[in-house]
Amino acid sequence: MQRIGVFVCWCGSNIAGTVDVKAVAEALKAEPGVVFSTDYQYMCSQAGQDMIKESVREHKLTGIVICSCSPRMHEATFRKTAAAAGLNPYMVEIANIREQCSWVHKEMPIGTEKAIILGKAAVAKVNLNTPLTPGESPVTKRALVIGGGIAGIQTALDIADAGFPVDIVEKKPTIGGKMAQLDKTFPTLDCAACILTPKMVDVAQHEKIRIFSYSEVSEVKGFVGNFDVTIKKHARYVKEDVCTGCGACVEKCPMKKVPNEFNLGMDNRPAIYIPFAQAVPKVATIDPNACNMLKNGKCGLCARVCTAGAIDYKQQDEYIQEKYGAIVVATGFNPISMDKFDEFAYNQSKDVITSLEFERLTNAAGPTAGKLLRPSDGKHPHTIVFVQCVGSRCDSCAQKGKEYCSKICCMYTAKHAMLTRDKYPDTEVYVFYIDVRTPGKSFDEFYRRAVEEYDVHYIKGMVGKVTPQGDKLKVQASDLLSNKQLHIDADLVVLAAAIEPDKSARPLATMLTASMDTNDFFTEAHPKLRPVESPTAGVFLSGTCQGPKDIPETVSQAGAAASKVIGLLAKDKLKGNPCVAHSNEQMCNGCSSCERVCPYGAITYEDKEFRMPDRTTAIRRVAAVNPAVCQGCGACTVACPSGAMDLRGFMNEQIMAEVDAICK
Amino acid sequence: MNVSYFPGCTLKNKARDLDRYARQCAQVLGITLEEVENWQCCGGVFTTAKDEVATKLSSVRLLQAAKAKEQPLVTVCSACHNVVKQTNHAMQIDGEFAAKVNRYMADDGEYDGSTQVYHYLELLRDVVGYDTLKDKVTNPLKGKKIAAYYGCLLLRPSSVMSMDDPENPTIMEDMIRALGATPVVYANRNECCGGYVSVESPALAKKNSLAVVEDAKAAGADMIITACPLCRYNLVKNGADIPVVYFTELLAEALGLKEDANE
Repeated sequence: MQRIGVFVCWCGSNIAGTVDVKAVAEALKAEPGVVFSTDYQYMCSQAGQDMIKESVREHKLTGIVICSCSPRMHEATFRKTAAAAGLNPYMVEIANIREQCSWVHKEMPIGTEKAIILGKAAVAKVNLNTPLTPGESPVTKRALVIGGGIAGIQTALDIADAGFPVDIVEKKPTIGGKMAQLDKTFPTLDCAACILTPKMVDVAQHEKIRIFSYSEVSEVKGFVGNFDVTIKKHARYVKEDVCTGCGACVEKCPMKKVPNEFNLGMDNRPAIYIPFAQAVPKVATIDPNACNMLKNGKCGLCARVCTAGAIDYKQQDEYIQEKYGAIVVATGFNPISMDKFDEFAYNQSKDVITSLEFERLTNAAGPTAGKLLRPSDGKHPHTIVFVQCVGSRCDSCAQKGKEYCSKICCMYTAKHAMLTRDKYPDTEVYVFYIDVRTPGKSFDEFYRRAVEEYDVHYIKGMVGKVTPQGDKLKVQASDLLSNKQLHIDADLVVLAAAIEPDKSARPLATMLTASMDTNDFFTEAHPKLRPVESPTAGVFLSGTCQGPKDIPETVSQAGAAASKVIGLLAKDKLKGNPCVAHSNEQMCNGCSSCERVCPYGAITYEDKEFRMPDRTTAIRRVAAVNPAVCQGCGACTVACPSGAMDLRGFMNEQIMAEVDAICK
Repeated sequence: MNVSYFPGCTLKNKARDLDRYARQCAQVLGITLEEVENWQCCGGVFTTAKDEVATKLSSVRLLQAAKAKEQPLVTVCSACHNVVKQTNHAMQIDGEFAAKVNRYMADDGEYDGSTQVYHYLELLRDVVGYDTLKDKVTNPLKGKKIAAYYGCLLLRPSSVMSMDDPENPTIMEDMIRALGATPVVYANRNECCGGYVSVESPALAKKNSLAVVEDAKAAGADMIITACPLCRYNLVKNGADIPVVYFTELLAEALGLKEDANE
């Protein structure tokens, strides 16, 4: 029989305002097992905790019930208190009489009655509690960063600087991501390449960092501290360690008509290519869909001009196995397709472009060497219309765009508008917006400069239709503030396309058993208090894979994710959560129901020898739970038809006892 | 395959070609159009006023007639199709409206929104299939540059019509391709022709109609096709200087059913 102490907290007036705490303490005294019951103003305070410890000693308590706020708030606090008093911390139960009682009820009698019932349930549960001890597992001191954009680069550098080895897996031939494609960065207008490429070089030269470029994660097994990852390194048909990046092959390649993805298809590249001058690693890659040698064996020019002998047409995809203690997801974003927004004539006119294409058009390393020229005829545009929120904040047309705000567009559009007016003062620039959202350090000042110093015409209202006519783009729009229909003959229309998570994120989330929201952004463990951790232990989030972000925010989050990884890798052993599922092998019939519902892949099956009643032995297939992987969600206990699965700390009989206490 | 067919009033007067060619082509394509008996006007416009029941009854009767024969209902006029499909949708999702309507349905029996409504174009794409259509073409329209004009009613509201992307449609362009001609894509193909505004403000309707024609011509079209009698009326009346014909006429030509080009 347990000796249970009940401690009812007032929480100032938070609880005591609608719950008669003295009556609760009094009522619970009569419950089976309760030997002591009291109330106090702030149970979480030092004095309150001391009172609990004192009572444990005085009354030789074996179990504790705290009637207070949600266990999310102070369960850990009171478990520590119990441990300090010499009790097993898992002998503490919290009855939530604040969030689930005093805060939702207005009348004292109702609040009090419910608090008593909740207290009774907790007492009934503690009566069946058993001491639990968390298990330990070792930590592999190496981190994996998936994605080599600015988020992945920053995270990798920070982890490596702390002394832990890091591998970056990047699916493109070079690291750098979207930031490498940008021209200038707001709000200080420093050139993106100038601040990014030194970091890329740091990554390449860091003795603790390995880069797997042109590679993807193909399988993830294991759990926090012990991930087994398979990396698929695509054949680039060039020996990475031999290629010097001289570019002779790129110049000589006869197949020069492949749309250049780095310039978003606005110019062409050869079949063998180096994405851009500062690429890391700076090695050539052969595009197997374009190379004549790989398609039909007719060419081989690059192999002949390569003095280093780096070309290898027979190269195969390679699979690399590695162990990691932590995984950081930094898979980034892409602008959405403009196919469903044909009212802006994106597919009909070359002079309707997205903002990312605009970046390339103004970038000195872009297809026009930085001169702002129309893609159709190479002429200088004199009237430019920017359309914001194309596909963002699209509530009435959810199947077409995204409901969320893409966050970065207001600032980059202000940047584009300002830079255009600065370089080409003879150009009229219009920006159509729903709202201008520029919070952030020095952000609103930046936008005001575009309006006040650079005379950019900001018009509240949306563009309804863009019609190519001759060499003009007829723009129909509404000006909501003056309630007028506008018709503008533009030379160039720039669409601020909404951003969405990279397509590789969804399959990756499945592999990692990391959760995502309906927009395929990774979900954080807590939206405010644990923003860089995934709910899956050992998986961390960096950059836009978690939600739209600009560069300053991405870099901060990348650093935060790195510090969480360092905190994990610095430990030699990890203490697990003892509230995990376990299977009663005698009752398990091997049906796989639990394995199918387990979101963490914690359940496996093994064939075990059992002694039968007639003294023979038989081999049966039974479920086994890996306690280091199990997160204690309890899905398996509900799915198990034979009642073999049970969750420590939340045993079926404990839950039933709580229900009985409530229904009594 | 036998389907219930609703031509609608205009197809018995101004738009006889739309009807005639639709029937001839269907025969060749293995579809029997069974004209619904004793049909009335579709109702003209679908009003979204919830208490406006009377104008929707004729559409419900039509849908009920097709249901009684266990056939899908096919329409060809953009405006009729719009009204019938929206009415059907309202019968499916709006219980209050459906209950009100069914109080008037004593003679025909209650209707539950279960009839499948096809526009003739959908029938071509989804039932016949453009590949089959291509095989049946005897007179491929090689070298013709044809602009499909959707107007405003055919695809919108897109969630109810659920026929094609309203901003970037392909259903008519794919048909043109199947018939051997070259589709011309132009910005104004899904803009309004002016519609009934032509009664009150002819100048405004003219402006809209000509914008469509000019845009199609600038994109290189030598013919415009449409599914809507009102669109055709507005475009022709306001001085279109390239032929504006119903899509069924083009279909008939490609299938070798058109007697004489100048009849």
